[in-house]
Amino acid sequence: MSTPSPHPSFHLAQINVGLLKEPLDQPSMSGFTDLLEPVNALADRSPGFVWRLVEEGEPDATKMRPFGTEVLVNLSVWETVESLWDFTYRTEHLELLRQRRDWFHRFSGAHLALWWIPAGTVPTPEEGGQRLETLRAKGPGPDAFTLRDPFDPPATPQFSHP
Amino acid sequence: MDDSTIDAARALGDPLRRRLYNYVADSGEEVGRGQAAEALGIQRTLAAHHLDRLAEAGLLEVVRRKVSGREGPGSGRPAKLYRRSVHEVSIQLPPRDYELAARVLAEAVERHGAEESLHAAAREEGRRIGAATEAGSVLELLRTRGYEPEAGPEGEADGSGFRLRNCPFHRLARDFPPLACGLNLELVRGMLAARAEARGEEAAEARLAPESGRCCVVISKNNDS
Repeated sequence: MSTPSPHPSFHLAQINVGLLKEPLDQPSMSGFTDLLEPVNALADRSPGFVWRLVEEGEPDATKMRPFGTEVLVNLSVWETVESLWDFTYRTEHLELLRQRRDWFHRFSGAHLALWWIPAGTVPTPEEGGQRLETLRAKGPGPDAFTLRDPFDPPATPQFSHP
Repeated sequence: MDDSTIDAARALGDPLRRRLYNYVADSGEEVGRGQAAEALGIQRTLAAHHLDRLAEAGLLEVVRRKVSGREGPGSGRPAKLYRRSVHEVSIQLPPRDYELAARVLAEAVERHGAEESLHAAAREEGRRIGAATEAGSVLELLRTRGYEPEAGPEGEADGSGFRLRNCPFHRLARDFPPLACGLNLELVRGMLAARAEARGEEAAEARLAPESGRCCVVISKNNDS
């Protein structure tokens, strides 16, 4: 996808959750855990990457389980929808997605939500959880959307989350 | 079906124009009038006429670019180059909408988490194609299935293998990348495996290596191709 210039006032926040089939230290999960470090490193150097949730003193957020002990969370910020799309689907990350059913159960409800935030801020997992719930309840809209049905940033810097 | 679709199809009714279209599409790059004329052994003005007709019909796109190495009068002007349009033309009579059905099915697979079954079904379909093919090489098999294979990728240690210039599931892959690319990978793996088995050869290896503007699958060549 072509990359338009980033919006000066808004960044894209992204949350996705995955319901683990087994604890991460199990041998059946090694295909996933082996990819964690290289794919995170790839994200960090991808064009348009701004921020991702990392636990203090850890390389990632895999030990943070704000939505339950079996639920992994990814929370990140990107300059544009296109930059996130390209990282998600046009890098080695696609291979991880292709195999996700080996490691994750199907998630009832929304497993990924996107929304716009003021540039320079970062989202919290709680906020991400609310966006997932909004998406599940209402379908894609300006407050919570998906890569398949993206929405433009707000025209004026108004932030309200119903 | 709209008029532009009819116009596009009609533009290809002329055999010479069809050869020109195929030449530009197969080249995978921007082609000049002189280059196309030379390749087909026709006059430059004739090639220019037909290339412009193809562009008017939306089948080719025109790019104007300065071409280095040209000399003499007019060499400073940007050349008119042609490449295949990203615009898709499809005619189905009576009206059919398999793409809509594919999208709904993809959504259902995703909602149900049925990727494993999808991969298995795709692999089996690929095996049927690979077992039945009369293609003389892996390259020809991929060509007949519309993948438009080309040598590469450059990154391969031994410089062998194919990249696939065309994604046969382009719009589906745009909306459901992991599903469509996963389906495609297993389809290709099945084709290669069944074809190789039928010939007692070692199958070429297919893997995902996504890149914009082409199919996400790359193939590591074996000796037979």
